[in-house]
Amino acid sequence: MIDGFIALYIFALAAILGFEIIRKVPVVLHTPLMSGSNFIHGIVLVGAMIALGHADTTLEKVFGFIAVFLGAGNAAGGYVVTERMLEMFKPRVKKEDKDGEGS
Amino acid sequence: MMETLNEYLPFLIKSSYFLAAILFITGLRRMSAPGTARGGIVWAGVGMLVATVATFLLPDMHNMVLILAALVSSTVLAWVSGKKVAMTDMPQMVALYNGMGGGSAAFIGAMALFNAVDHIDACSMAGGSSHDCLSGVPMVFAIVGVYIGAISLSGSLVAFGKLQGWIDKRFTFPGQHYFNGLIGIGTLALGLYLTQDLNAQYIWIFFGLSLLLGLLMTLPIGGADMPVVISLYNAFTGLAVSFEGFVLQNEAMIIAGMLVGAAGTMLTQHMAKAMNRSLGSVLFGSMGGSGGAAIEGEMKEIQAQDAAIQMAYADRVVIIPGYGMAVAQAQHKLWELTEMLMERGVDVKFAIHPVAGRMPGHMNVLLAEAGVPYDLIEDMEDINGQFSQTDVALVIGANDVVNPVAKTDPESPIYGMPILNVDEAKNSIVIKRGKGTGFAGIQNALFFAENNKMLYGDAQDAIAKLIQGLKAL
Repeated sequence: MIDGFIALYIFALAAILGFEIIRKVPVVLHTPLMSGSNFIHGIVLVGAMIALGHADTTLEKVFGFIAVFLGAGNAAGGYVVTERMLEMFKPRVKKEDKDGEGS
Repeated sequence: MMETLNEYLPFLIKSSYFLAAILFITGLRRMSAPGTARGGIVWAGVGMLVATVATFLLPDMHNMVLILAALVSSTVLAWVSGKKVAMTDMPQMVALYNGMGGGSAAFIGAMALFNAVDHIDACSMAGGSSHDCLSGVPMVFAIVGVYIGAISLSGSLVAFGKLQGWIDKRFTFPGQHYFNGLIGIGTLALGLYLTQDLNAQYIWIFFGLSLLLGLLMTLPIGGADMPVVISLYNAFTGLAVSFEGFVLQNEAMIIAGMLVGAAGTMLTQHMAKAMNRSLGSVLFGSMGGSGGAAIEGEMKEIQAQDAAIQMAYADRVVIIPGYGMAVAQAQHKLWELTEMLMERGVDVKFAIHPVAGRMPGHMNVLLAEAGVPYDLIEDMEDINGQFSQTDVALVIGANDVVNPVAKTDPESPIYGMPILNVDEAKNSIVIKRGKGTGFAGIQNALFFAENNKMLYGDAQDAIAKLIQGLKAL
């Protein structure tokens, strides 16, 4: 059991960290960052698994199943979409199909 | 051997969650700088994998078949849909996945509450009063988590529907904000009541009202404000996950959720600022419709052939892409056109408004996909002084971000929003599907300007015709 005040410390420190990291980011990264942070809260999947793993009644099992399904979608979808967006930030390599070295 | 393993298992699992939390923080940090952004998502991804695998090792877990079935089916579906979706549709996919996360947190919270009801029933049977049997603090977190998570779920789904084009009307009625406010406060009051007297019926009503609230809050918001709204719900989901993490005593969820809650709030503010909108005006203001003086004059049409000639003999052309380019998937054709112009010795630059498209950075991603080098792409601050030396400014499916009314008409709803000074260019050509107003529903003074010509048509077709025109020269 996490003590109430310890939890409060964790809440506060994580919040300050989050604010600090995003304080100054270029506009180009706004969308990828939204998508990336969207992936990170996909950790809810772990909570959903724990909840379903301890479910006994039918109602709990149904809710747990939905929770795992939704959480896994958040995590998997969030990862793929973010990765595809960030793929665009790859340093430009020479174009093979074009003659010359470009820029 | 097995016994020692079992002894160390709880430690191993706790360490995995710790490692995951550190990897999330590092990943987010790396994602916030362009150079390291690509690696950042991989770090976070490893964290997710570690945490998920560790969860399977938890003792006393049952329903493994159900867990695997939900996990695998959803992962496959989301993975495939995420891979297949077009670059232009990314924003709504983020909304969809975010809504799923919020929903997951809400269902976890509801389960904790139903569980508590059973616990109370058993406890009262043993002679305790309902109040004595409540465990207190964690239930508050579960309730708040359900509230925020459910709003995020239904709100994100509406945002998804709007960006996907399934819901194209803004749903408004008089006194709507008061009505929504009433539902919001009423739901919160019911939540507060639940902390004192928990019963299954009220949990259902509470869950339902929270979902309804997300729906009602999002329906009146115009599509142009959707990026800000999605970002806000992203922060909401983070908070909900953090609160449910506290209920489940899971540190990785608490830290990762709160990290996203804070980062998402900050990001929302950045976005709102880039659009010169306050968060309050996004959520409660109504944009579009009336407001602003009517504009005199008429729009002058130009044929693709003439437009091609004008650009071919220009010294300097600036291209301003907008959402119209994105829907038409015209970025590849546009780059082909740009390369042809550059071969003729024309100096071509791309000007990107911070909120062009449906999301900040949307245009950059699309142009990069088409292969446009970074050094041709200029931000608003860098290019705005250069429009007066520009022979042709080519606007493709952008509207409000080039509307000079934002500088001249204090009555206009977009007054004060920073815009690209296309009106200062010697000539401008606007590629547009029809004569209607833009996303915000505001008349654009640029379209009526003396030195502006309209090239009507779908962006993809229009650019293809421009390319033909250039080839014919």
